[in-house]
Amino acid sequence: MVEQKLRVTLITGRTIEQGVGKEMGKGSPEYFDSAAVCFLDPVDIKRLGLKSGANVKVTSPYGSVIVKAKRYTRGTMSGMVFMPCGLWANSVCGSNTDSIGMPTFRGFTVEVEPAPDMPVLTLDELLKQEFGK
Amino acid sequence: MTKVFNSVVCTICGCLCDDLEVTVENNEIVKMKNGCAVCEAKMVHGYKSEERILKPHVRKDGKLVPVTMDEAIHKAAQILTDAKYPLLFGWTSSASETQHVGVELAEELGSALDNCCSVCHGPSVMATQEIGIPTATLGQIRHRADLIVYWACNPWSSHPRHVERYTAFTDGRFEKSEFKDYVQKLKAKSGQKKVAAAIRRTRVRYQPPPRPQTALVEAPPQTLAKDGRRMVVFDVMKTMTAEVADYFVQVEPNRDYEIFGALRCLVNDQELDVDTVGGVPVDYLKEIADVMVNAEFGAIFFGLGLTQSVGRFRNVELAIALTRDLNRKTKFVVSPMRGHFNVTGANTVFAWQTGYPFALDFSQGYPQYNPGEFTAIDLLRRGDNDATLVISADPGAHFPKGAMQNMVKHPLITINPDWNAISRLGDVVFPTQWCGIEQGGTAYRMDSVAITLKKVVEAPKGVPSDEEIVKRILEEVKVIKANKAEKEDTGKQVLQETAAPKKRGSKTLKKEL
Repeated sequence: MVEQKLRVTLITGRTIEQGVGKEMGKGSPEYFDSAAVCFLDPVDIKRLGLKSGANVKVTSPYGSVIVKAKRYTRGTMSGMVFMPCGLWANSVCGSNTDSIGMPTFRGFTVEVEPAPDMPVLTLDELLKQEFGK
Repeated sequence: MTKVFNSVVCTICGCLCDDLEVTVENNEIVKMKNGCAVCEAKMVHGYKSEERILKPHVRKDGKLVPVTMDEAIHKAAQILTDAKYPLLFGWTSSASETQHVGVELAEELGSALDNCCSVCHGPSVMATQEIGIPTATLGQIRHRADLIVYWACNPWSSHPRHVERYTAFTDGRFEKSEFKDYVQKLKAKSGQKKVAAAIRRTRVRYQPPPRPQTALVEAPPQTLAKDGRRMVVFDVMKTMTAEVADYFVQVEPNRDYEIFGALRCLVNDQELDVDTVGGVPVDYLKEIADVMVNAEFGAIFFGLGLTQSVGRFRNVELAIALTRDLNRKTKFVVSPMRGHFNVTGANTVFAWQTGYPFALDFSQGYPQYNPGEFTAIDLLRRGDNDATLVISADPGAHFPKGAMQNMVKHPLITINPDWNAISRLGDVVFPTQWCGIEQGGTAYRMDSVAITLKKVVEAPKGVPSDEEIVKRILEEVKVIKANKAEKEDTGKQVLQETAAPKKRGSKTLKKEL
């Protein structure tokens, strides 16, 4: 049965592709392709009725962002969504630090839903939208 | 003219690999040997990309306009002196010489001073201050470690040559590389896949073996008890590092603290009354504890999975406590996987200059330290600072949105070599040289070993080093403050002179009354 929305735990981290992309330049297509994505378990992708590469909206209490959903085939990660570090992931991360200085980067619940009609914003578009510059 | 540089240091991650061979033709890097994919992206392509900043810029009417270096320096110094409480953040992709000048600037301004450590291994530093850390250099680990544990980190992506240079896939003096075993494992896996495909083709109903109740974790393999190097990975998802490992333990998100606690109990010969901890069966944990105790030299490397998950520095504290417990039975060390190439240097330099490694405040005229109060994210979240200087870091892409929205409300000065996200948001944008490519200096590896960076090409004309920029801002700040003080003195004198007739006037007024 296809579901409208999934509640999953967000994990952010590094990928080698994102590392290469950031060194090629934050405005480079390599960075966009590697950072404006999220990885879901194939089972979860199926539950949302999506195909790999489809646009999804990730929403947290701190904000929302549109990224491309990709299948994570290396192992099971049902109930989790992985987003590479970057501007797109940080659009849904929180600034609460529990008085330690470390913001809420991972381990909290987010909602993932299909967003076929909404575009994935580029770095400049997202900066303009979030910070007006 | 072609020139080949040997033993060049890579300036990407905390590994600081110092075995690069760089070929330079006509002041341009054309080839690089021995580096990882990320290193190649930076040293062969990224450093000379179109994203490079070549001139200082100042935002005028909402647009960034090129200006002279003198104008940009004056503007930046003016912003910093006008601000009541500026924040100086970044420093981790600069050489230690620049960090040293940064502390002086913060003291002069009475500002907050923080480095990227606060959003990566700040909790690890705090845990170390709480409980200490039994650690070793990467050279020791390379030559001696027979059990490598990667906990909540994925070096294959974040420190691509860590496994190859320092742990499982390197030939040490007393321990050999396990790379051949890994290749054999790959071949065996490929064979298994072929068998499975053959079974499918013959239409035999294939019954996969039953999975254990906790589907995420498989039983420890027999190879975990083999001689030679073994690698165990604990993580919330199966990464490439986990695929390479002898044994991968998939833990539930935010449950690392409990697993450390359980392992400590088992290492200390205590019994557990539960079947699973953090999604891992206790029987499996018992086997892992046995392997740890029987290792001759074990090393635990932990990453941001611990410092950013629930528990934060308490997770790291237990990782260190586990290592301490293991040291009663065998030799074990623990080490954080530091990210930016000189984040360890930032901690070291700040600590020897002020006594504290990060989250500093100079507003009282002397250094104060308090994570949660003077850390960049907390200052920004509360909106405490009214100007920011960001150097050799990109919080634009790596800070949560809420904190960044507060940062851009106030003037923002950036010092970065390329147009990254924070440079695009800056009000005064400085160009600077690539540290480790166009300028030398000192950097500290993740195990606190100081390494000298090499300069291999000349920087574009008119692009100074970040040390020079910070020094010039510091000088200009001193000049502006001196002028301000002089004006205030003159103002006071004028006030005193003008205040005297007023007194007389009041006396006359009294007489009249």
